[in-house]
Amino acid sequence: MARKATPLFLARRSYRRHRLMDAARLLPILGVVLIFLPGLWHPADAGRAETASALIYFFGTWAVLIGLAGALARGLAPALDAEDEAEGSVPATRGEA
Amino acid sequence: MPFNTLVAVSLVYVLFLFLVAFIAERRARRGRLRFLYSPWVYTLSLSIYCTAWTFYGAVGSAARSGLEFLTIYLGPTLVFIGWWWVLRKLVRIGRTQRVTSIADLISSRYGKSNLLGVIVTLMAVAASTPYIALQLQSVTLSFGVFAADTPQFWELPNQSAAALWIAGGLALFTILFGTRNLDANERHHGVVTAVALEAIVKLVALVAVGIWVVWGLADGVGDMLARIDASTLATWQLEPGRFAGFTFVSAAAVLTLPRMFQVLVVENTDERHLVTASWAFPAYLLLMSLFVVPIAVVGLERAAPGANPDLFVLTLPLSEGWGRLALLAFLGGFSSATSMVIVAAIALSTMVSNHIVTPLWLALSRGPAERGDVRGLVLTSRRLSIAAVLAMGYGYYRLSGGSEALASIGFIAFIGAAQVLPALIGGIFWRGATHTGAAAGLIIGFAIWLYALFLPSVGETGLMSAHMMDEGPFGLGWLRPQALFGIEGLDPLIHALVWSLMLNTLAFLILSMLSFPGPVERLQGVAFVNVFEGRSGARGWSRGQAEAEDLLSMAQRILGAQEAQLFFQAQAAGQGIRGFLPDPTPDFLAALERKLAGSVGAATAHAMISQLIGGAAVSVQDLIAVANEAQEIKEYSAQLEAQSDELARTARALRAANEKLTSLSVQKDAFLGQISHELRTPMTSIRAFSEILMEPDLPEPVRAQYAEIIHEEARRLTRLLDDLIDLAVLENRKVDLNISVANLHDLINRAAHAASSTRPERAFRFERDFPTEHMAVFTDTDRLVQVFINLIANARKYCDAEAAVLRIEVKRRKNRVQIDFIDNGAGIPKAQQGLIFEKFARLTDTSKAGGAGLGLAICREIMANLGGTIDYLPGQGGAAFRIVLPLRRRGDEPGRAG
Repeated sequence: MARKATPLFLARRSYRRHRLMDAARLLPILGVVLIFLPGLWHPADAGRAETASALIYFFGTWAVLIGLAGALARGLAPALDAEDEAEGSVPATRGEA
Repeated sequence: MPFNTLVAVSLVYVLFLFLVAFIAERRARRGRLRFLYSPWVYTLSLSIYCTAWTFYGAVGSAARSGLEFLTIYLGPTLVFIGWWWVLRKLVRIGRTQRVTSIADLISSRYGKSNLLGVIVTLMAVAASTPYIALQLQSVTLSFGVFAADTPQFWELPNQSAAALWIAGGLALFTILFGTRNLDANERHHGVVTAVALEAIVKLVALVAVGIWVVWGLADGVGDMLARIDASTLATWQLEPGRFAGFTFVSAAAVLTLPRMFQVLVVENTDERHLVTASWAFPAYLLLMSLFVVPIAVVGLERAAPGANPDLFVLTLPLSEGWGRLALLAFLGGFSSATSMVIVAAIALSTMVSNHIVTPLWLALSRGPAERGDVRGLVLTSRRLSIAAVLAMGYGYYRLSGGSEALASIGFIAFIGAAQVLPALIGGIFWRGATHTGAAAGLIIGFAIWLYALFLPSVGETGLMSAHMMDEGPFGLGWLRPQALFGIEGLDPLIHALVWSLMLNTLAFLILSMLSFPGPVERLQGVAFVNVFEGRSGARGWSRGQAEAEDLLSMAQRILGAQEAQLFFQAQAAGQGIRGFLPDPTPDFLAALERKLAGSVGAATAHAMISQLIGGAAVSVQDLIAVANEAQEIKEYSAQLEAQSDELARTARALRAANEKLTSLSVQKDAFLGQISHELRTPMTSIRAFSEILMEPDLPEPVRAQYAEIIHEEARRLTRLLDDLIDLAVLENRKVDLNISVANLHDLINRAAHAASSTRPERAFRFERDFPTEHMAVFTDTDRLVQVFINLIANARKYCDAEAAVLRIEVKRRKNRVQIDFIDNGAGIPKAQQGLIFEKFARLTDTSKAGGAGLGLAICREIMANLGGTIDYLPGQGGAAFRIVLPLRRRGDEPGRAG
């Protein structure tokens, strides 16, 4: 009942939630790109000492991914509670009924 | 650090873990376990991913091949931050289908086929055994580090003995806390708590060693980075192939390793825990690997040449004189090894018992009619499987002689487990995936893994001779195990990974497209792929011919009597039926099957139900429903269905009420005739004999005899009228209860004694469990005894067994006590079960009963007055009545009783 009283608010919130879901789906793809990037830029000129910087790069990337996942998790936790709205592909059939 | 201290400390630690698990189990049983349901415990339990192979081996791997060890942690990180794709769906499917293991998931998805369950189980056992051996080896090796100064204690026989003790202790722990309950969906609270605790220990241990290395041995972060670039690690080159391959296979393994699936899906209680785990578990992995490179670099600097880099975590603090830190590190490694072995043993034993032992037993025993305790069988087979899994791990350890060959087994196991990936991912995202495709893919992948990776890894002493490795079998060069199809120069791991997974996936896809799925398979496909679309999907059972009573007796053998009865009662209540026997509707059958699947796996549950239902399980209508995918129609029909469900429920309730009314009215008519008869017979004889008595010259003995007859008949009349009045009072709830405290045991004794005059000539035996009966009840004891007497007298009267036995079982459930009276006679036919508590109901002829059929009606009214219930309990093999009584009537205080 309360939902129907504030349609604008609902639309906004569920819109935002759907974009958060998109972000959650894209995050692992970003992760794959970032993790395999060094494989591309390492040319075969052996002998240069750059393990330390590679180490910093990997752990930095890792920490950023965890941070992003944490931020998305905060935003997505309510989506799991409101299960009906959680599936972006099915336009809210129950809301119209 | 003296070796004896170490042994003592480990023993204390093990005892502590037992204690923690024990306390957690106890708290769980008393319902006080809120902390157990926290997402943090879930996240920590996931850390069994970090085994001893990663705890010790990561440093060794970093020392040998630089940053490559990161792949083991980056793969799972990608899976977890991408939880919205796969993990969420897996967990949801696991919960809706009550999945018990990864083998069960695959078997359930592809038409509840036990063949697939067996394949996955065998693969899992093959891949996990060496891995368990590796854990045993790492613990014995780490003991060996401490025993270095007292070598006489550490001859090889002693090492094996240590491994044997460890394997035995782990088996004991796993059996104690891992096979408490049968339903795999119920969590193993003790195990999960102990594993979470061990997760903290290993993290603290590794981080402590790391901090000591960076800020104790080196001079902070800057100095550390300089040392890294000065070490042999500096020249490390990233090999994109290996890096990508290992990351991929780690990502696959975190989903498909049996033990990861166990904690990730089976032990999950709440989907929302995934939200926390999605970032917290990667963070845990990051912390576990943060100090690996520093420890490896400093270890390489300081250790004697030739020292085993796998043990730097231990040897470094030990050689610097930091004995306590080394001890902490030891406990960390010990924790990693033990928690992995425990969970792996639980997961594997569930698979072995559900997919191999139970189906075999079912196939060998004829039909479900045979009485036998499946529950006990499954639990025993699970316990034996745990012991067998650990024995195999130990055996492998002994066979391989604790050799270096074990060190590479981690990735070998990962690649073996990853073979399930195509069938798993295909199964949850693609409705076209079929049983044939999945079986072909699994078998091909498994075969290549065995041939190209596993067997060669056992070493030349194993099945693969050097000649075969170089020349191929029968001189066929293109079949060389490590250069299949003539492609040489690949890393053996990557070679096996690429070929096995590529051909596996190809076979899976092509055969899936060519074959046609069976009905159950198609229904399950929809239920899995469209798990988020709200509909429960596959119902799978057309209206069966099964009798609910048969289903109940089967369910009792698997779930246990209490659980099964509660489930049936709830389902019956959902259909608007009172009692324990719901109608065998398709919905009810599907719910029952899922419930059973939680205990014995989907394939077995399906087989057991179809044994009872007989014949085809899926109707044409069900398949049409599957084919009909139009969303609107679905929505609309779902609403209609809800309405018609409601209507059907009401109609069923009405129909039941109507049937009851009709038969009651018939009964009442019959009774009126009967009661007139009952009243008339004594009246007639009273009249006749009193007329005779009026004769003047009757001899005294004859007069006395006739007076006696008149007296007896008058008493019978009074008794009948008393019963009628009693019933009227009870029904109007106007009865005065005389509340007092009494021992239930004494009450039953009183009743048994009082009822002994009923048919005293026949052999009648009680089966009672005295200790459980001693319980204080706070009620109207006389009324309660009246009920008992009635039930016992009924059993004495009607039980038609040769040697009548009445079993009285008392169980306490929270603040209620449940008393079952079960005899071994023929029981009461289903049609009559609804009527026996009605007034004037009587199943046999009057003369035998000797009463007016008011006994059970009075019992029911008494129990209602006492705040309890009495019900007929079907499916017990005889007539069975269940009394449920509150230990204390609500609102009654001892002070104002009476």
